[in-house]
Amino acid sequence: MSLNIWRFASPQAFYSLAGNLIPWFLVAAALLGAAGLYVGLLIAPTDAQQGDAYRIIFIHVAAAWMSMFIYTVMAFWCAVGLIVNTRLSFMMALALAPTGALMTLIALWTGSLWGKPTWGTWWVWDARLTSELILLFLYIGFMSLHAAIDDVRRADRAAALLALVGAINVPIIYFSVKWWNTLHQGASVSLTRAPSMARAMLLGMLLVALAAWMYSIAASLMRVRSLILERESDSDWVQTIARTEAAT
Amino acid sequence: MNWSSPAEFFAMGGYAFYVWASYGVAAALIVAELWLLAARRRTFLRRSRRRLDRANDAE
Repeated sequence: MSLNIWRFASPQAFYSLAGNLIPWFLVAAALLGAAGLYVGLLIAPTDAQQGDAYRIIFIHVAAAWMSMFIYTVMAFWCAVGLIVNTRLSFMMALALAPTGALMTLIALWTGSLWGKPTWGTWWVWDARLTSELILLFLYIGFMSLHAAIDDVRRADRAAALLALVGAINVPIIYFSVKWWNTLHQGASVSLTRAPSMARAMLLGMLLVALAAWMYSIAASLMRVRSLILERESDSDWVQTIARTEAAT
Repeated sequence: MNWSSPAEFFAMGGYAFYVWASYGVAAALIVAELWLLAARRRTFLRRSRRRLDRANDAE
């Protein structure tokens, strides 16, 4: 028997697949998050220069990575939707946007709270901070544009186009600390050189980043399930679900 | 273990406000998102159940 993955391009098949996967991703997120915070807040040593203010790094970096990565995945699904015209691709893109915006907001918020004690300011208009703020506006613009167009198919395509044009901002954020002279420090982790921080700090950061990864997948799958139900509400299989599950 | 007492842990070397405002708001936002996601699903199921009931009454 061969497993046909294309079967899951059907919203109905994907709905039940996502339903089975969500609990696992949530449990993984909780366990990795607890382990990461344990290592980051309790085990990792105090930083020689920044004192304990540096402990903001554990959420800041995880949220900032996810904010860029989710946008990339969202733009990918938009491209797939525009090229192959699959309904589920656009739903995936739409399901990712609010979680991506949330991660961007957390990155900006924690960055501001980190900037005040270490740089002496909540905010500067430097390349890294400004491009991350533009990312938040791109997420909000994507969702607003989609909400403003009544015809779902037209809304999908218009918002997808906006998301694809905005994708140019992701490499700009990532390389901003190299291309411009900024207040923001360089990359915390790089594949090409040895880590610049204590091992416990690095371990805590990677564990929380993995937790953020698992959480984002779970939240997006939960949202895509609602989107599938809402868009397929006239179909028999959704009405069967409504009959059997509404009571609980 | 980096700390010798719970009070020292919560004080975060004098950076308690910055550290806990970061963690607190991030946690609150994540809880809010999960709550909104669950609410969206409940709302859909409740509305469609009501719609199905009306359709049955009409028959």
